[in-house]
Amino acid sequence: MMGVPLNYIARNLWSRRLTTLLTAGGLALVVFVFATVLMMDEGLKRTLVTTGELDNAVIIRKGAETEIQSGIARDQAGIIEMHPAVAIGAQGRRMVSKETVVLISLLRQGDNKPSNVVIRGTSDMGFLLRPQVRIKAGRLFHPGTSEVIVGSSIAARFNDTGIGQRLRFAQREWTVVGVFDAGGSGFDSEVWGDADQLMQAFRRNAYSAMVVRLADSSRFEAFRADVGEDPRLAQEMKPEQTFYSDQSKALSTFINVLGLTLSVIFSIGAMIGAMITMYASVASRVGEIGTLRALGFRRGAVLWAFLAEALLLGIVGGVAGLALAALMQLASFSTINFQTFADLSFRFILTPGIVVRTLLFAVIMGFVGGFLPAFRAARLNIVDALRAV
Amino acid sequence: MQPVVEIRNLAKSYRRGGQIVPVLTDITLDIQRGEFTALMGPSGSGKSTLLNLIAGIDKPDSGHLRVGGLDITALGEGELADWRSRNVGFIFQFYNLMPVLSAFENIELPLTLTRLSRAERRERVELTLSLVGLSDRKDHYPSELSGGQQQRVAIARAVIADPVLIVADEPTGDLDRQSAADILAMLQRLNAELSTTIIMVTHDAHAARTARRLIYLDKGELMLEPPTI
Ligand SMILES: Nc1ncnc2c1ncn2[C@@H]1O[C@H](COP(=O)(O)OP(=O)(O)O)[C@@H](O)[C@H]1O
Ligand SMILES: [Mg+2]
Repeated sequence: MMGVPLNYIARNLWSRRLTTLLTAGGLALVVFVFATVLMMDEGLKRTLVTTGELDNAVIIRKGAETEIQSGIARDQAGIIEMHPAVAIGAQGRRMVSKETVVLISLLRQGDNKPSNVVIRGTSDMGFLLRPQVRIKAGRLFHPGTSEVIVGSSIAARFNDTGIGQRLRFAQREWTVVGVFDAGGSGFDSEVWGDADQLMQAFRRNAYSAMVVRLADSSRFEAFRADVGEDPRLAQEMKPEQTFYSDQSKALSTFINVLGLTLSVIFSIGAMIGAMITMYASVASRVGEIGTLRALGFRRGAVLWAFLAEALLLGIVGGVAGLALAALMQLASFSTINFQTFADLSFRFILTPGIVVRTLLFAVIMGFVGGFLPAFRAARLNIVDALRAV
Repeated sequence: MQPVVEIRNLAKSYRRGGQIVPVLTDITLDIQRGEFTALMGPSGSGKSTLLNLIAGIDKPDSGHLRVGGLDITALGEGELADWRSRNVGFIFQFYNLMPVLSAFENIELPLTLTRLSRAERRERVELTLSLVGLSDRKDHYPSELSGGQQQRVAIARAVIADPVLIVADEPTGDLDRQSAADILAMLQRLNAELSTTIIMVTHDAHAARTARRLIYLDKGELMLEPPTI
C-alpha cells in the first residue's frame, strides 16, 4: 500500500512546534525517569559485581547475608585456611584473607551529617586477592599501626579523609595515609585498615568473613560442601561475585518496583497528553484528510500517517529523555544499601540494552496515544470531511 | 464511442435526523470523452452530490453508474481509492492544498501513489508547473500564494496523474473576477489542447459559458433548459 509522504507527516509536527514540544516534553520526562531507573539498577549491579573476583570465594556464617552480620571464630578460620582447595601463593603463603567488617559513622562533606561507612580490617593478602584495588595516592597502612586508607568515593565525599588527616572511631585516632581506587567497585566506598588493630579497637575476637582464592575453580563445590558440612565450621561459602551481587538484590528490587511503578503512572499522563495532541491534530485537519482520501490515499494510509506522527512524537520525546538521562552518567551518586546499611557510591550506567528498551517504551507511549485518534482519522467519511474545509 | 460517464436512473438520498431527504431522484446522463460540461443549478439542488458520485467519493442508493466503462459502484473501499488515484482529478472551491507542502510537493502528491521513480516524478511536476505558469513559485507554500495561484497549483495536481476525468466543484467560487477568468481559461485550454474531460459545477452563468455543454439540475432532477426565475 502507498503511504502518505513522510515529509508531510514530519512537517505537520513541525508546523505545530509548541504543542509538539510540550507533548514531547511530557513524554521525555517519563522516558527520563524510566531510563534513569534502569541506569541506576545497572550501575548498582555493576558496582557490586565488579567488587568480586572470579576465582575468589567468600565465607560467612550460615544465615548471614552480609559480612557485617557474620562471624567466624579464629579456630574455625584456621581450619578453613588449611583446606587443600586453597591456592598457595608466593613464598608458600596460603591465599586467604581473614577480615573484620564493621560499620562506623563519618561526617559527610557539605551537610556534615553522619553516614554509615564500612571499615574493613584486612592485610596485604586482602590486596593480593583483589587486584583491582590500587593505591592512588599516599601509601598502604603499616601492619600493627593505627593507620587507615580510604576508598576514592570516601575521599571525595567525607570530612577528614585527606592524607595526613585523622579520623576518630572506636576510642582511637586513626591516621589516613593513602587513598585507593577500586575501579568503581563497592570497595571504593570503604575504609581499610589493619585487621588485628581494628579487632582490638572494636574488642572483637572473631573475624567477620574470609576471602579465599581457589587453587582451581572446579574445586569450588567440594570446598563449599566441606565448609558447610563440617560440624566444627558450618559456614556458608559463595563465589565472591555472587556474594556481592546478592547484596544488591533487595535494593535492586526496590528501585525497579518503585521506578517502574512511577514510570507507568507518569506514562499514563504522558499518553493522555499525546492522545489529546493527536485528537487536536486530527480535528484541525479534517479537510486535509478528506482531500487525501479523495486523491486516492486509502484509509490505511491515513491511519498510518497519523500513527506515524504519534510515533515520531514518541521518538522525539524518547531521544530527548534519553539525552537527559545520558547526562546522569557524568555524576556519581550514593545510596544506602538496604542489606548492609552502609553508604554505597555508584554511577548511572547507560547500556545499549537500556537505550533500546527506553526507545521502545517511548514508541509504545506514542503508539498508545496515537492509535485512537489515527483510527478516527481513518474512519472519516470523505464527503463529510471535505465539507469541513 | 462509449461515453466516459454513463448514468442511468441514479438516485441518492441523505438521512437527516431519522428523516430521509431525497437529493437526486432519477438522473440519466451521458458525458462523452473530451467534453467540457458545466453543471448548473440553484444552491442545494444536488450538484455537488452528483459530482461526488461521479468522482467515486460517495455511493448512490440505486441506479447505474459507469465511469470509463467501469461500474464503480461495485468497487470496494480500497479499490475505489486506487481507482480515483488513476482516473479522477479533483479541483475544489477552496483549493484544498496541503499547507505544510510546497507547491511542488502538493503537485507531486498524487504521483506518490504511482510507481514512478523520483526522477520521473520530478520531471512531470516541472512540466506541469510550467503548464500552469508557476515554475518560479514551486518552492512557495500555499500561504505564500494568492488564491488564483493556489487554484493553479490545484489544477496542476488534478492533471498530473493524467486522469480520465477532472471534476471541479465551483473552482472560481472563491476568486476575484480576474483570477476566475484565468482559471477558466486554463481549464478551457486543458480541454482543448489535451482533450481532458472536465465536469465543472458552478452557479455562475459567466463561468458556465466557458464550457461546451451546459446541464441544469433543479430539486434533484436534470432539466433541458435553464429554470426560469
Ligand atoms: N452529507 C450530507 N448529509 C445530509 N444532507 C446532505 C449531505 N450532503 C448534502 N446534503 C443535502 O443534500 C442537498 C444537496 O446538497 P449539494 O449536493 O451539496 O447541493 P449543491 O452542491 O447543489 O449546492 C442539500 O439539501 C444538502 O443539505
Ligand atoms: Mg455544492
